[in-house]
Amino acid sequence: MRKHFAGAGVTALEEISLSIVPGEFVSLLGPSGCGKSTLLRCIAGLEATTSGSIAVNGATVSEPPEGLGMVFQRDALLDWRSVADNLMLPVDFRRGDRAAARSRAASLLAMTGLQGFEHNYPAQLSGGMRQRVAICRALVDDPVLLLMDEPFGALDALTREQMNVELQRIWLTEHKTVIFVTHSITEAIFLGDRVVVMTPRPGRIADVIDVGLPRPRRLAVRSSERFLGYATHIRQLFEGMGLLKEDA
Amino acid sequence: MKGSAMAMVVLVVLFVAWEVAVRALEVKPIILPPPSAIWSEFWTGPMWYMTHAWYTLLVTLGGFALALAMGVLLAVLIVESRLMEKTVYALIVGLNSVPKVAVAPLFVIWLGTGVEPKIAIGFLIAVFAIVIETVLGLKSVHPDILDLARSLRGGRLATLWRIRFPCALPSLFAGMKVAISLALVGAIVGEFVASQRGLGYVILAAQGTFDTARVFAAILVLAVMGVLLFWLVAWGERIAIPWHASQKEYTPTA
Repeated sequence: MRKHFAGAGVTALEEISLSIVPGEFVSLLGPSGCGKSTLLRCIAGLEATTSGSIAVNGATVSEPPEGLGMVFQRDALLDWRSVADNLMLPVDFRRGDRAAARSRAASLLAMTGLQGFEHNYPAQLSGGMRQRVAICRALVDDPVLLLMDEPFGALDALTREQMNVELQRIWLTEHKTVIFVTHSITEAIFLGDRVVVMTPRPGRIADVIDVGLPRPRRLAVRSSERFLGYATHIRQLFEGMGLLKEDA
Repeated sequence: MKGSAMAMVVLVVLFVAWEVAVRALEVKPIILPPPSAIWSEFWTGPMWYMTHAWYTLLVTLGGFALALAMGVLLAVLIVESRLMEKTVYALIVGLNSVPKVAVAPLFVIWLGTGVEPKIAIGFLIAVFAIVIETVLGLKSVHPDILDLARSLRGGRLATLWRIRFPCALPSLFAGMKVAISLALVGAIVGEFVASQRGLGYVILAAQGTFDTARVFAAILVLAVMGVLLFWLVAWGERIAIPWHASQKEYTPTA
């Protein structure tokens, strides 16, 4: 597929071809402005492709498909709804069974260590807790596809590592198909079954790396030889694109 | 000491200073009566003042309610329709700079000397604050949240009701706080122009007989009414948006 913004005269994405297996965790890694967020928005049906097509669950995407969960960099929580009520937003929109959603929400909150905070407003939570609520909200309707757009980009380094561990744990229980956009090499390898490395504008796929590390991965895996091998390979790709220079 | 108690102390000090200054400088009561004279003037007929105040209050609430209903409706149409934004909203922003008080005599010609022209003037003065603040609020939704609503396949109406409207509430209340005071201004102006009732009429009639104490008594009743109306909106705000940062007693736990 291809994506061109006529107004800005910018081609954001060129010759993107990618297929993702159900239940797979795919990291979409690239420098700022490489169009990885645009690709995610195209998959979500929030943005139309200029040419080519995207299919989710066998159906071509022309509008947001059913069974989509999204997590944004800035959690996009509704300030006027309590934690529990934020999780009810998806069911409110599709006018579904509220009682079933309530119990599903409660078990998700318990799994993410948020029990006891159901009646708090987002403004009363820390950044990490807010993002966990956002993840719960994306999962509450049992989506077939979970799209995450740099969900931990606004968190401090320590919280971010903690969230990586927690996201892996959640994914191992829930087993959703995840597309995870990030610009952190470490995060991409640690979480992904595959890492899709993208080039700067126009965004193309530079390489797809199969991460063969066994799960559950512990934080210590990041200093293992294999992990560092993947990281070095990706760095070399970025150097090849002229993104990393020793002598500026 | 609480803020409201402090304000009361300042007010009492001001009145005492006023009383002392007027007596010491022997100011003519027709220019500036002492608070004690205003007080005794009020007590010559408290029910008479209350009757007129009641009329003014009803006119104010009428104008305010109309401004709120029409203002929110207009704001929704403006936000939901490009055409409305380009035409009606541009017009409203432009018209806002016209001194609305100048239109008051026209309403008397059109609607007579009953309660209708007064409500209409109150409405006209107050509605701009509601429309402008509500449009601002409805548009203040973060783009990510709108994307989220779309990704959840939320329709326009559902997005308006579940996302835009609650998000606009803090702005709407800011507009309402301004509008309630403006509706009171409108009611008084209406009563100035043509009326046999209301505090505006009391002030105008007392001015005709140089009864300065009565003018002041009516103004003080108006002042109390204005403060009470503002408190009423502020109280509604606390009930409606306990989550908002403007409601201070909410302290974050983390």
